[in-house]
Amino acid sequence: MSLLQVESLSKEFGGVHAVEDLTFTVEPGHIHSIIGPNGAGKTTLFNLITGVYTPSAGRVLFQDRMVSGMKPYELAAMGMSRTFQNLQIFFNMKAIENVMVGNHLQLNRSFLPSFLRLPGVVKGDRACVETCVELMEFVGLGKYLDADAASMPYGALKRLEVARALAAKPKILLLDEPAAGLNATESREIDEVIKRVAASGITVVLVEHDMKMVMGISDHITALDYGRKLAEGTPAEVRANPDVIKAYLGAHA
Amino acid sequence: MNMMTPRTGGLALLAVIITVAPIGFTNTYFYDVAVNAMFNAILCIGLNLLIGYAGQISLGHAGFLALGAYGSAIMTTAYGVPPIAAMLISATVVGLIAFVVGRPILKLKGHYLAMATLGIGIIIHIVLKTESKITGGPDGMSLDNFSMLGFTIMGDKMWYWVAGVLLILSAWLALNLIDSPVGRALRAVHGSEVGAEVVGVDTSSYKVLVFVVSAVFASLVGSLFAHKNGFITPDIGSFFGSVHLVTMVVLGGMASVFGSVIGAVILTLLPQVLAAVEQYEAMILGGIMMGTMIFMPKGLLPSILASLKRREAGR
Ligand SMILES: Nc1ncnc2c1ncn2[C@@H]1O[C@H](COP(=O)(O)OP(=O)(O)OP(=O)(O)O)[C@@H](O)[C@H]1O
Ligand SMILES: [Mg+2]
Repeated sequence: MSLLQVESLSKEFGGVHAVEDLTFTVEPGHIHSIIGPNGAGKTTLFNLITGVYTPSAGRVLFQDRMVSGMKPYELAAMGMSRTFQNLQIFFNMKAIENVMVGNHLQLNRSFLPSFLRLPGVVKGDRACVETCVELMEFVGLGKYLDADAASMPYGALKRLEVARALAAKPKILLLDEPAAGLNATESREIDEVIKRVAASGITVVLVEHDMKMVMGISDHITALDYGRKLAEGTPAEVRANPDVIKAYLGAHA
Repeated sequence: MNMMTPRTGGLALLAVIITVAPIGFTNTYFYDVAVNAMFNAILCIGLNLLIGYAGQISLGHAGFLALGAYGSAIMTTAYGVPPIAAMLISATVVGLIAFVVGRPILKLKGHYLAMATLGIGIIIHIVLKTESKITGGPDGMSLDNFSMLGFTIMGDKMWYWVAGVLLILSAWLALNLIDSPVGRALRAVHGSEVGAEVVGVDTSSYKVLVFVVSAVFASLVGSLFAHKNGFITPDIGSFFGSVHLVTMVVLGGMASVFGSVIGAVILTLLPQVLAAVEQYEAMILGGIMMGTMIFMPKGLLPSILASLKRREAGR
């Protein structure tokens, strides 16, 4: 049974078909990569899947439930979490607090216990800090435990978003260019992190331009161009596909 | 050093200041001004949850203050409701009003939200002014002392201690909230709404929640102020009143509980100090606002703390 089904999905922005009649499925436990040249519609697709945008046509099913039209926070509660290509960090908070917000749904969120700082809230927060410290160490942010998010370098913020998304305990994690702007060492570290996330049983949907990383890590790849599906299959199949080669050479030539 | 977290250290310092300040009070006029300063501080602590922490603006909070004040005045004088009950009923009604209007207007952002809240404040002000059968119109209303269980709060000295305790309580509650799952969600709304949504934060509900909380703070202060003053006019709910409150929050420091206290104290004392140039008060207020935005956009307390930290690090 597929975890995520995208069916004839389309999104139009005043005449621009950012995503057009797109159909594919994501199998549980897979690392499923979405590739395509700049402007192919990858981020728009993520926004459609996670409820940030509503589709112009078509629909998305998550765990066999129709989720198009649902709010991102409702999808988060169902087990869907993501990171952003252009960072969406809480710069007004400490790094670890960013991750703690990710833990939101696991905590007691009633108003009065928080307002009165009842022992249950304090205890819950203490456990939450422990979880979040572990997550920060997991993504390699051990030295930023006390940092303000605003004082962290770009590469670290990319990983902070991964830690925050993991704190939401997702079944599926969508990563939008997690390695963009990172140096070679940092890229390899992120690669490792993604593999370990997948090994822990979380399904990963990955958008990434780093082809070496994508080919090495993916179970399945969907290639997009101008919002449409160009090809799909295993890394070897996609790499050998003449349309993909053409689109990439065309895009870079 | 665990005792000296900003939380406990700040609360302790606030308590000490409130306790020793009266040593310098040479007549009851000092108490009167100090009570007003503390009332404003309580209101600004609530308003800062909305503006500084959750990143939403309101230019109408004096309206909620006035509703609390008039709710208490009308219920206690015309219907004989006990002051404490009148205060709580007013706060509940104001909370409901804030909930009902908050839902649609908090979908707006920036200038649009500012305009909408400005509108709320203006409507409240006009209603209080024109419904003179109930409110006494522009002439205002007088009301009795605040009494409860056979005990009456009378005179500026007694009000001073009541306001002092309530101020410490408010600061404690606000600090609790900020450092809780609810408070982190509020701050996350400020940081990035979409970032908060995708990890499960229902951002629209949290915005409404904090709007309601800040409105209830304002209403409670309004009720207390009305009883303490014994007389109110619709002008406590004027647009200028709302701007005054926002200026206190911005000057003291956004997202700083103790900053709100400092901002409220400074801007309550200022008119007393500047009594000689009263006609320029609005201009001076505007100047302070501009100066803060240009030279200390984070506000007094956060700027001072940051420079202390820098100096320590430089050593
Ligand atoms: N909010 C929007 N309003 C209007 N047009 C948009 C919007 N978002 C995306 N587009 C357009 O849709 C197309 C797809 O954009 P999208 O950001 O999804 O591409 P992408 O594959 O993520 O590209 P990149 O690799 O550069 O991140 C582009 O032509 C873009 O200009
Ligand atoms: Mg993109």
